[in-house]
Amino acid sequence: MAAALKAHEMGVKNILLVDRLPEPGGILQQCIHNGFGLQKFHKDLTGPEYADMYIKQLKNTNIQVLLQTMAIEISKHNRVILSNKADGLIEVCAKAIVLAMGCRERTRQQVSIPGTRPSGIFTAGVAQRFMNIEGYLPGKEVVVVGSGDIGLIMARRMTLEGAKVHAVTELLPYPGGLTRNIVQCLNDYDIPLYLRHNVIEIYGKDRVTGVKIANVGEEGSPLQKTFEVPCDTLLFSVGLIPENELSRMVPLMMNSLTGGPYIDDTFMTSKPGVFICGNAAFVNDLADYVSLEGEIAGGSAAKFAVGNYPNDTRIPTVAGQNVRFVTPNFISRNDSATLYIRVKYPMTDVRITSTNNVIHMVKKIVKPSEMIEIKLDAEMLKKIKSLKEFRIDVGPE
Amino acid sequence: MPQNYNIAIIGGGIVGNAIARELSRYELKTILIEKETEVSFGTSKANSGIIHSGIHDDPKTLKGKLCIAGNKLWEELSRELKIPFNRVGEILVARSESDIPVLQNFIVNAKANGIPAEMVGERKLREMEPNLSKDIKAGLLAPTAGVIPPYEMTYALYENAMQNGVEYLLDSKVTNITRDGSGFVIRVGSKEIRAEYVINAAGVYADDIARFVGADNFKINPRKGEEYLLDKRLDNINNHIIFPTPTPTSKGILVIKTIEGSTMIGPTAEDITDKEDTRTSEEGLAKILDFVRTMVPGIDKSDIIASFAGIRPVSNTNDFIIEESKAAPHFINAAGIQSPGLTAAPAIALMVVDILKNSGIKLEKKKKFNKYDKPHRRFSLASNKEKELLIKLNNAYGNIICRCETVTEAEVVAAIRNGAKTVDGIKFRTRAGMGRCQAGFCIHHVMKILSKELGVPEEKITKRGGGSMNSNGHNSDRRRPWRNGGGAKSS
Amino acid sequence: MSDQNNLPAGRQAERKFTCIMCPLGCAVTVKADDSGNILEIIGSRCLKGEKYIRDEFSAPKRVLTSTVAIEGAKFDRLPVRTSDFIPKDKLFDLMKEIQKIKVKAPINIGDIILKNILGLNVDIVATRDLSL
Repeated sequence: MAAALKAHEMGVKNILLVDRLPEPGGILQQCIHNGFGLQKFHKDLTGPEYADMYIKQLKNTNIQVLLQTMAIEISKHNRVILSNKADGLIEVCAKAIVLAMGCRERTRQQVSIPGTRPSGIFTAGVAQRFMNIEGYLPGKEVVVVGSGDIGLIMARRMTLEGAKVHAVTELLPYPGGLTRNIVQCLNDYDIPLYLRHNVIEIYGKDRVTGVKIANVGEEGSPLQKTFEVPCDTLLFSVGLIPENELSRMVPLMMNSLTGGPYIDDTFMTSKPGVFICGNAAFVNDLADYVSLEGEIAGGSAAKFAVGNYPNDTRIPTVAGQNVRFVTPNFISRNDSATLYIRVKYPMTDVRITSTNNVIHMVKKIVKPSEMIEIKLDAEMLKKIKSLKEFRIDVGPE
Repeated sequence: MPQNYNIAIIGGGIVGNAIARELSRYELKTILIEKETEVSFGTSKANSGIIHSGIHDDPKTLKGKLCIAGNKLWEELSRELKIPFNRVGEILVARSESDIPVLQNFIVNAKANGIPAEMVGERKLREMEPNLSKDIKAGLLAPTAGVIPPYEMTYALYENAMQNGVEYLLDSKVTNITRDGSGFVIRVGSKEIRAEYVINAAGVYADDIARFVGADNFKINPRKGEEYLLDKRLDNINNHIIFPTPTPTSKGILVIKTIEGSTMIGPTAEDITDKEDTRTSEEGLAKILDFVRTMVPGIDKSDIIASFAGIRPVSNTNDFIIEESKAAPHFINAAGIQSPGLTAAPAIALMVVDILKNSGIKLEKKKKFNKYDKPHRRFSLASNKEKELLIKLNNAYGNIICRCETVTEAEVVAAIRNGAKTVDGIKFRTRAGMGRCQAGFCIHHVMKILSKELGVPEEKITKRGGGSMNSNGHNSDRRRPWRNGGGAKSS
Repeated sequence: MSDQNNLPAGRQAERKFTCIMCPLGCAVTVKADDSGNILEIIGSRCLKGEKYIRDEFSAPKRVLTSTVAIEGAKFDRLPVRTSDFIPKDKLFDLMKEIQKIKVKAPINIGDIILKNILGLNVDIVATRDLSL
């Protein structure tokens, strides 16, 4: 929506917004908890309220919106094939395309937990859908695997609706979600968080009856201490994966570190005219950042569509010390740009530096679960443009 | 007063359904009794989908004989049932020098049995399988091996059998069988079914079923096999089914090319005691990964998107047991159907018909045998022009329910109208939920459609019958106490 | 039922908190007398954090979000929130009240579903439009 609205603002006349759901808003409509919009609107909003801010704006434009419509094919000539019940197959030729497919959740199978395959095993997002939209409780006695935000939010949600969450397990020695969620979703309800623990077996024939949890060592292999927890529901919150089926069809060059395509700071991909933003590009922490990316992508797509897309020098970014990835992969803008980095491991009292010391930031703490924004102004960008590459390092102070 | 049938088949897996469809060609009143909520929920559900060349089994055994015979029937069968069948071929690789004479021996035997087989040298091997380990210098190519989608096949047999008058009794466990004149009375719960002939295709429970009438001159020793499916995005890890050189006891652990084009690795072979034990294990996965990496080193644990395990009904003779019981005339065992059971299935069906003939039953072919009327087209395999036509005919084809496998509402509805009652039933018929996200996005769509079509509230929809509900009751009914086990609302 | 390590009775009590004002997540200990007066705050590194800890200690509050049953709409549940913070110890009492609610479509975002819940001067409001 943010991309479409920005393009509209810039005067593009023919904009088509397509979504497979029956209403806009994507995953936000099932995220009924608050914490959205703190950055963007300086308000503490729930997911549906955040989505509404954009839906109301959308209604005031002539942007065409096609809902319950799936994009099934995208070709290298920027032709998109859509499918829906009312119109059948629709072929759309676009001057510019913005991809915003979001992401999907890592599954139990992808983390190879052995045992049986009964019902009662869900990713946290599926449980969220069941509860908040369909209206049923997925189960009563719950164990959550993974301390990612979605798992923490669902631990609270299920507890409030009368379920008992017996444990949250986390493979790493530190939690995956925001501290705020650890406090308000686990501590508030006395839900134990077992760090350096993993579920190593699942029991149950028709429905889950319990799990075996083990203390894991440095390499992730279980140590002697194991214990069993009876439960009827297992929620998995073990990571998000950018959804890029369409991207691969084009095909776009993919970045294995982010899970999304290679992009520059206008959010253009390796294919001119195809832009990507949001969780489909890389997994973001906040919807607020997603909106921002959408605006940039939409604005860039608008420029491209009318033939005004600037042909600037592109400087590649490089992930240096303790940086798992830097995105975007190329800097091309001259006015302003934002880089996002995720660190490999947590560190306290750090200094974030770059090639030629263009940036110098000091932070008290950095964590892999919290993305770091690096804002670049015109002066910094001018310096960067004279470099061969722009490398970011995170090191001790 | 029990209902009267000529034939009662006990067991709705690939074998039971292949027999049912074959018998539906004749003027017979046939019923198939299956204990699970849907057919193909037992061993057949975990089948690898391989149509073997026959090279592995001794042609003096039933396994060998029926495998060779069955392999030849698959083109026609797959055409009739509109199921894809691809003779991808199998390569038995030599992982060491000492394997080569063993393979050469296999070729001699294969030629003697009319099975095409040839040795392939390093260069050709590399061309055919670029990802094969550099340590593999030779292999045996048997081009008549192939792959099919096994669950779709079972459902096609079942649907065609129904289209030709076979009755199905599902969710019905046989609790007793007693003699009644020259026939039998089969007890299912409070129901009684009378049949002149009983065909025992009850898989891992075949010995238990046979025991009711003293026809258990065999024992079933369950043997578990774990398998792991890799992401189909890993294009062309292998082009053929890759076997190691067989040992006297085992075909080995394979790198399988599925009909969908993705790669599956496994199976293990573990003798177990619990006939219901379908747990996967860390040891099983480790064993499989270690082994397959000696053949295709590029395979990684992180590529796995699904895992499952099935139980082979291995008989104590290690061979198929397909015969009229001497102790119980008119009771025909089709038991111990382990690998190459799928390949042999059409030949097993023909053999059972022969056994019935020799037993004295009057087999009159029907004047009209209904060709298979496939209830839905697979949208994902259609060309764009075909897709447009399908949507014009039925606009529910335009509504894509499962993104990962591109499955439409029309296919899901057709599956339900042709017998699917559970989330797994839909999954195995349409592939919805089999992809990368493992039903993360489509499960609630599927449940909604099941609920609407079956007139059952969503919270009562199950994964695969019994107590495998996906929910624990409506939010607003939370005041109702949670019960454990049995009955309508439980989990 | 929220904080870590609540030592019972005694002239001085010590309670531990995790501050949520910034990613540092400082581990803070509050020492108080048995009337509940704060004697000392140890571990906090900024004023914003200290204020949060004081509030958490003496009057912890939360925003509650949930769903209520709705009739005649395209979905069966309507997401709602409290219009303001409520005392943390009232969360489950509020849930009990919310679970009794059943509304009819159409609903507009911001509609007051239940006014002044439990006399706390806080309303339950709808967080989205839900039409027929």
